[in-house]
Order: sequence, then structure tokens, then C-alpha cells
Amino acid sequence: MIDEVRTMPAAVQPQLMRWSVVLPGLAALACALVLPQFANAYVTEVATTALLYIVLCLGLNIVVGYAGLLDLGYAAFFAVGAYTSGILTAEFGFNFWLTIPVAMATACVAGIIIGAPTLRLRSDYLAIVTLGFGEIVRIIARNLDITGGASGLVGIERPEIFGFKLMQVQHFYYAFLVLALLTAFVCLSIERSRMGRAWFYVRYDEDAAAGIGINRVTAKLQAYMMGAVIASVAGCLYAAKMTAISPESFTFNQSLLILLGVVLGGMGRIPGVVLGAILVALLPEVLRGAGTYRPLVTAVALLAIMLFRPNGLWPDKRV
Amino acid sequence: MALLEVRDLRLSFGGLKVLHDISFSVEKGVINSLIGPNGAGKTSLFNCLTGFYKPKGGSIHLGGRPIAGLPPHRITALGLARTFQNIRLFKEMTVLENAMSGQHCRSRHGIVSAILHLPAQRREEEAIRAAGMHWLDFVGIEQHAHRRAGGLSYGDQRRLELARALASAPELILLDEPAAGLNEREKLDLVHLIRRIRDETGITVLLIEHDMGLVMQVSEKIVVFDYGQKIADGPPEIVRADPRVIEAYLGTEE
Repeated sequence: MIDEVRTMPAAVQPQLMRWSVVLPGLAALACALVLPQFANAYVTEVATTALLYIVLCLGLNIVVGYAGLLDLGYAAFFAVGAYTSGILTAEFGFNFWLTIPVAMATACVAGIIIGAPTLRLRSDYLAIVTLGFGEIVRIIARNLDITGGASGLVGIERPEIFGFKLMQVQHFYYAFLVLALLTAFVCLSIERSRMGRAWFYVRYDEDAAAGIGINRVTAKLQAYMMGAVIASVAGCLYAAKMTAISPESFTFNQSLLILLGVVLGGMGRIPGVVLGAILVALLPEVLRGAGTYRPLVTAVALLAIMLFRPNGLWPDKRV
Repeated sequence: MALLEVRDLRLSFGGLKVLHDISFSVEKGVINSLIGPNGAGKTSLFNCLTGFYKPKGGSIHLGGRPIAGLPPHRITALGLARTFQNIRLFKEMTVLENAMSGQHCRSRHGIVSAILHLPAQRREEEAIRAAGMHWLDFVGIEQHAHRRAGGLSYGDQRRLELARALASAPELILLDEPAAGLNEREKLDLVHLIRRIRDETGITVLLIEHDMGLVMQVSEKIVVFDYGQKIADGPPEIVRADPRVIEAYLGTEE
């Protein structure tokens, strides 16, 4: 009897927390669902970009926000996904949907190759190594024949689903919406599981985590691979939407923008990261009127946010 | 056979010898203390036992299995848990999440089953949560389960570290100065708690402590260190009368 009373708060708490998140979440989802019906092609295009950044930022959030690993080369995994899918459909005539598992596996292998030797390093060193890795992937893509060199890869097939071909921007908007929802679900599921908690333990105190029985290298490697897999799936869909990709889509700047979304919104927490991703996608559009002053305005806005909201706009309560 | 068997353990940092051929054993079900002046090498020995330092020589056996040189997480999985001299909690996480961390090495479900929400994974999560609550209840801080660990009082943080270590279901638990910073009342509670650990769970205790009153009160066997060497071991009344121990603590009369 006493035991029941004692364990009750544990069961009740997530429920309470859920309602305050679910209602605004559902409202946002409803808006997202009807948006293309009312908006013009330009707005839908920008919204699609925002959804792409939501997926990428949620993926990077696993690495940076959950496991506390500073990754400056995340766009590399985005590139691995895009090129794997692009090459397989354009050069070998693969079905688009079949390229997704191949891209995921490739990203996993890339994640292990770069992660296994480097994840023993602590934050600053890891940042430098991942930055280098990002550049290596881009330069390889520039110099291989199969990737189309500097001019890139063209003629990537549009995906088909049940005989329906994804062509227009609205179609890709919905495809990215599904992917974003799926990614959020995956993040939420892991966040509340044994492995998700292990990442937080490692992030907050690596030595204490090891002392309590957590293999820190495996935990970090899994977070790194999970982030890589999510970026690669986003890459597949991105390649299909653009039908042409070039190494310039996967620069250090791209990695930085994704990281910016994670940090801006408040790393570690899904709603904050989503907000940050939307801002990263919208900011260049909103500031179009500023013309050549755009970088200056962006920089001032970022500095202001970092000064007044150092933990992000919608921070993790834990921090 | 002894639960923990340390033979000729050596540790040095560069030219500095920290531990000289240490040998001692810990019997199952006995409350043991490790004492000695500051800098005698007690915490270094703990760090060797738990895999944070790699010993230069000698052997450590836990339940007959060699553990010297294994990484910390493997040693914890084999049944040796520890607390830290300066409390090392996951301060930003809840008290319950801290206690649940001990169960990590006793559970197995990974990312894929969490994404698929497999029934077995849900059951395991429930079991981890229940174990966390059980150990919070055992140390008496279950009412704070959903608070931030960093917001607990100092004494309760010490208790939580104990609950976290106990949650890893160890055979042997190493406590590094568990009474440091506690008041007299809290020290009494600690003595009571250490006895309950042994009596109710059967977990063997090895503690480092400076408070001689507490050590003499709770220990059944004491190992004394000075300058990286073992100078005595045995029951409290024998150790207390040992001239070398008195010398190490009080100095010799010239």
C-alpha cells in the first residue's frame, strides 16, 4: 500500500508534462498540415527548407545536446546520405526508397570510421577533428568522378510512392513533414530510454558515468551514429527534391548553420531545437530587405540572443 | 575465498611511488575500513580497484576474477561500485534519474527497441524506475525523487550517491569518505545506514574515513596505510593498540 503511494508520482509526472506539450504541439501540427493549401509556392518552399533544418537540427541535437559532443562537421553525414541516394538512383537506376537503408548503413559506417578513433578525445579536440572530417567529405565529393566532381551530380530520379510521383514543392513539403515528425518521435523515444539517459549521464559527468557502469566510448559512438543516420535520411530526401546536388551544399557553413539552430533554440530539448531550426531557415528570408547588411543584422541578432538568452531561446529546464 | 583479494599492488606516477606492494583481502559480509594520514594513498588505491588508475604491478581479484587494468564500467558490471570523495552526481538531472543510472549495467535494451517501443523494453524501463525508487527509499530520500539532484542538501546528496552505487547491484561497495562534511546527527544516520547495507542486502562495505570515532564504531576490520604502504590490518581493538599505527597518527616521542 505504502509502496503504491510512493511510486505514484513517478507514473503521474510524465503524464502532466505531456499535456502541456501535446496541446500546443497539436495546434502547430494542424497549422503545418494545412499550410500548403493557403500559402504560395515561395512560402511553401521556405517552409520545406525549415522542415529540412528541423530534421537536421534534431539529429545533431542527439550528438551535441544529448551526448555533449561538439560536432563541427555534421553536414558530412548529410552529404553521405545525399550522394549515396543520388549516385544509386542516377547512375545505377535504384528505386529511391531502397536507397534510404543503404544510405543509413553508409552513414553508420562513416560514423564508426570517424567516431571510433576520435570519440575518446574531449570536447575541443573532437570539434577540430569533426571539422576536418566535414571538409574531407566535401573535398572527396569534389574530386571523384562518380560524384560528378565540382559541378555535382545531376539527373537524380524523383521518388514514386504507390504510383504517385513526388514532383511539386507541396509534395516534398509533406514528405519532409513526415520525416520531421518521424525524427521527433524517434528522438522523444530515445530521450526517455536507457540509452538516452546514458548520453545525458556522459554529458554531465563522464567519470561518474564510467564509475556507475556506463561504457562512455560506446555511448558516445551510438549517439554519433544515430545523428549520422538521421542526417543521411534527410540527405536522401534532399537529393530527391533538388534532383541535382553539388559539394557546395555541404560546406562548413552548412554544418555551422545546423549547429546554430541547435544552440539558438536551446540544446537538449526538442521544442527548443525545432524553434531554432525554424529561425535558421527563416532568418535569411525575413532579412532579405536588409540587402547587403544581412550578415551584419544576423550577427547582431545572434549576439543579442547569446547575451540575453545564453541557454537558447527555449532552454532545457535541466540546465 | 575472500571477496576482494589484492596482491602486491604497485602504482607510481612517473618516478613517484604511490603504492608499494599492497596486499590485503576483504571477506564477504564484513564492514572494512581503510585509514591513514592524508596522502597515504587511500584514494589512489580506490582508483586502482575501480579501474580509474592502471596499477603498475600486482593483481586484484574480485570473487576470484582478475580485474586489475579493466576499464571502470567493466569493473562496475562485475560487481564493484563506488562513491566519490567529492560528490559526483549528475546535478542537472532528477534524483530518480541519478538513482536509475546504477541500473544501466544491469539492463540491456538499446536504441532500436526504444524506438519500436517493444513491450520488453517498456517492462525493463519500469523495472529500472522501480529499482531506482527502491534504493531512494532505502537511503530515505524517496520524497525528493523528482527534484533536481543539485538542489538537494549536502547530506541528501551523499545519500543519493550511495543509492546510485547500490542500484548497480554490487557485491562490494567502496565509499570514499562518506562522512566528510556531515554533522554529528548525519554521521549517526550514516553508521546506521552502513550497517543496514550489510545486514539487509548482504553487500560488503569498504570505506575510507578520517573520522576515527565512526571508523571504530562501524568497522569489523581495519587496514591502515602510511606513505603508500600497509602498516597494519585487523580488528579495531588490535589496530588501535598497534604501536606503528599510533606512531603514524601521533608521531614518535623523541
